Amino acid sequence: MPGPITAINDFVVKFANVNGSGSASANEMFARAILRMGVPVSSRNIFPSNIQGLPTWYEVRVSGQGWLGRRGGVDLMVAMNPQTWDKDIASIDQGGYLFYDSSRPVPASKFRRDIHVVPMPLTEICNAAYSDPRQRQLFKNITYVGALAYLLGIDLAVLEQLIGEQYKGKDALIAPNRQALHTGHDYAREHLSELCGLKVEKLDAVGDRIFVNGNDAAGLGCVYGGATVAAWYPITPSTSVAEAFGKHCKKYRVDAEGHNKFAIVQSEDEISAIGTVIGAGWNGARAFTATSGPGISLMQEFLGLAYFAEIPAVIIDVQRGGPSTGMPTRTQQADLLACAYASHGDTKHVLLLPEDPREVFEFSAHAFDLAERLQTPVFVLEDLDIGMNEWLCEPFAWDDAHVYDRGKVMTAEELEAGKTFGRYLDVDGDAIPYRTLPGTHPTKGAFFTRGTSRDRYAKYSEEGSVYQDNMQRLLRKFDTAKSLVPAPVIQQAKEKASFGVIYFGSSSPAVREALVALEAQGIHLDTLRLRAFPFADAVADFVSSHQQIFLVEQNRDAQMRSLLSNECVIDPARFISILHYDGTPITARFIIDAIAARMIARQEEAAE
Amino acid sequence: MTYITKPKLRHPAIAVNKLGFTHRDYEGSVSTLCAGCGHDSISTAIIQACFELSIAPHRVAKLSGIGCSSKTPDYLLGQSHGFNSVHGRMPSVLTGANLANRELIYLGVSGDGDSASIGLGQFVHCIRRGVNMTYITENNGVYGLTKGQFSATADQGSKSKTGGVNADSPLDLASMALLVGASFVGRSFSGDKEQLVPLIMAAISHPGPAFIDVVSPCVAFNNHAGSTKAYDFVRDHNEAVNRLDIIEPRETISVSYAPGTSEEVQLHDGSVLRLAKLRQDYDPYDRAAALAYLHSHGASGELVTGLIYMDPGAGDMHANLNTVAQPLNTLSEKELCPGSAGLAGFNAARR
Repeated sequence: MPGPITAINDFVVKFANVNGSGSASANEMFARAILRMGVPVSSRNIFPSNIQGLPTWYEVRVSGQGWLGRRGGVDLMVAMNPQTWDKDIASIDQGGYLFYDSSRPVPASKFRRDIHVVPMPLTEICNAAYSDPRQRQLFKNITYVGALAYLLGIDLAVLEQLIGEQYKGKDALIAPNRQALHTGHDYAREHLSELCGLKVEKLDAVGDRIFVNGNDAAGLGCVYGGATVAAWYPITPSTSVAEAFGKHCKKYRVDAEGHNKFAIVQSEDEISAIGTVIGAGWNGARAFTATSGPGISLMQEFLGLAYFAEIPAVIIDVQRGGPSTGMPTRTQQADLLACAYASHGDTKHVLLLPEDPREVFEFSAHAFDLAERLQTPVFVLEDLDIGMNEWLCEPFAWDDAHVYDRGKVMTAEELEAGKTFGRYLDVDGDAIPYRTLPGTHPTKGAFFTRGTSRDRYAKYSEEGSVYQDNMQRLLRKFDTAKSLVPAPVIQQAKEKASFGVIYFGSSSPAVREALVALEAQGIHLDTLRLRAFPFADAVADFVSSHQQIFLVEQNRDAQMRSLLSNECVIDPARFISILHYDGTPITARFIIDAIAARMIARQEEAAE
Repeated sequence: MTYITKPKLRHPAIAVNKLGFTHRDYEGSVSTLCAGCGHDSISTAIIQACFELSIAPHRVAKLSGIGCSSKTPDYLLGQSHGFNSVHGRMPSVLTGANLANRELIYLGVSGDGDSASIGLGQFVHCIRRGVNMTYITENNGVYGLTKGQFSATADQGSKSKTGGVNADSPLDLASMALLVGASFVGRSFSGDKEQLVPLIMAAISHPGPAFIDVVSPCVAFNNHAGSTKAYDFVRDHNEAVNRLDIIEPRETISVSYAPGTSEEVQLHDGSVLRLAKLRQDYDPYDRAAALAYLHSHGASGELVTGLIYMDPGAGDMHANLNTVAQPLNTLSEKELCPGSAGLAGFNAARR
């Protein structure tokens, strides 16, 4: 039998619960307590498309070194769900720990010989302490948090403080929760001491970072970016973007008389939502919708209209597992092509690819400047991992000197002064035309917006040369976008590297961790993190200056490889795809294994 | 369509409205629809209504979907911004435009294909939502641009030009609008300008979702015997429940009605419309009764026209959303962005 795992500030705790049982807030409190001790954590919810009764897991990675990607493996399983017992037991690393409710006897055959059990009669303890069935259930969660605090050495005072903060305003709940916390802690001290080799020790490795989820960040980013109109249709995992926007608006956007400087419409479907966004954008308001893959499919026709008629719009797409309904509560980066080339005909759309909630905040706000400057839809591509999990990231910052870029809108004064207005006329050589807003001038600047082909002065035309002239300008406009979108982040390896890695979005923390581990194995790789489409010229340069590129994505079909090959005219064979698409967030272990295996094989080939 | 452009000469004695605009200032491009198309008469009626109401043309935003009817906003109000959007989706685009700037007048022009089939969902939902607009469907019972297929408003048993008989039940947009909460519902006939112009004026002045279903014969594909949307058929079956007349504020009332048979409707520019009852049993302020009336009279083959329903105290979407009076599209970072100060609390709460 392997010895028990011992680790300080470097382990994974996984909670197996039943959804709707009130475990989520207790588990999050557990993670926050470790953060408050100055030790970085990353947490991930693995939940079903269901409200009550199905299995749900919460994974907390404790990493004194600050690795924030999903690690994989489990050192301590908190098994609170009999439905998933077998799978949960099987997922524990050798020498790991099983914390379980021992109120009812579990047959010996249900355990593994190579793990260490930490039994606690939770149900029995709670049944004795409470008579109300709901309380028995709810306090069970906080009771096991108390026991874990003892086992792992988490400061009880920190947990007590967190309880105080969480139930502020519902003060009657504070004392009983603290009581339950102590009950668990006391039991563990009396009965479970020396059973667990995993420990949390105070560190100073968190700094002023914040623990926040991407959808909260997106909602706030839209407030900061000046969105006044939101139209949306509920869909997992994007629903909380619109809800966060509403919550932040209530705080920041109500005037002294109690009137709202925002409008939120819950539309009848995603088609209507994007239609409302386009109508508002056409009429000069900053507007957005939040959706996920199926919504993107529904919005295609309107997105083509916005591209062709050149109307600003912002779409926050929180990607989930596709195709079809797919895996609605699992993560993927599988909407890249559906967004980049949304709609029939020749189209291209601007995509922003944030790596964490902080970039989600920045990019969401920036998206409105880009959309109005470029007069086109701009997508912010989150995924479920960023959107619905709490990430440890740098605190959000805002430059108070920033003035919104409202783009080229011709004013009544300019029209009056006789400035030439042609809605689709390229005056400045950047292929971005001027627009006018409805109601601007009594006799000048009115035009008819349409999805049909038209000339530079917005007059209907199916003349081939007129159509091509416009389509070519749209291409040039997309070229202009290259210099406006967030630039890629390039990092050179410590030693000269002939191989590179390209990655983007939520893969970032896992890739960073993998690179350090690979470097320790003598594998040096330059990296480029994509932050937007269209691709800056630096991307093609990076590819051509390396023998081959590992391209990390979370989808089956290597969609980013298609996009890069197509747009930068690169031989797809130059890319080695590392694809993770089972719906769980990609791990450093997965990336290390995939890259190391190929690099070692190459070295052997070279040696032969 | 005609290729003859009108001369720009202006007769010195041509009538001008309160803003000094002539009728010509409300016109648009030359229509490309078939000669005799009912839709062109509706465009003329819209032009007339805007002229009579002395609306500054550029303060109107005209939106449409796809189809013959949806082309018509190009043929009226040339100084207004227009938006020919996608099929059946004009209501959502209009909703967004209205949210962005509550101060403009929103005119939605659609057809029976656009609103009763592909766009039925958006049609009912924008009315439900209380969008302040004038929504006109130019209803001819056929798909014109694709050459004569039945639309969802074609009556059961009516015949197509090629002899096919429509087996499906018709959808009545006026009833539907009533059902989902329109605070103004009218129905008219493209060939009855006297009835249509005041109805459009009242709809534009109405401060909530106003819907007018206008039967508008398609001369190319639905104007034959056996069609219930043909000129002759509609003239024979048109049953007006009331009549709106325009009264200039200082004009002496020359027409006299029997007591209790007429009342006045105030419009936004101060002028009034007189509502004359043609059917004594008809009450346009009773939604449930109006619905029942449409249903029973429709069943007997009558086309009930006139002001079907009005709630003079109607509110709109902006009131429901409690938005500021200033148009949202005029707010800048000063009013909208909480700045770095706003982030301090946000960050602190997440540590």
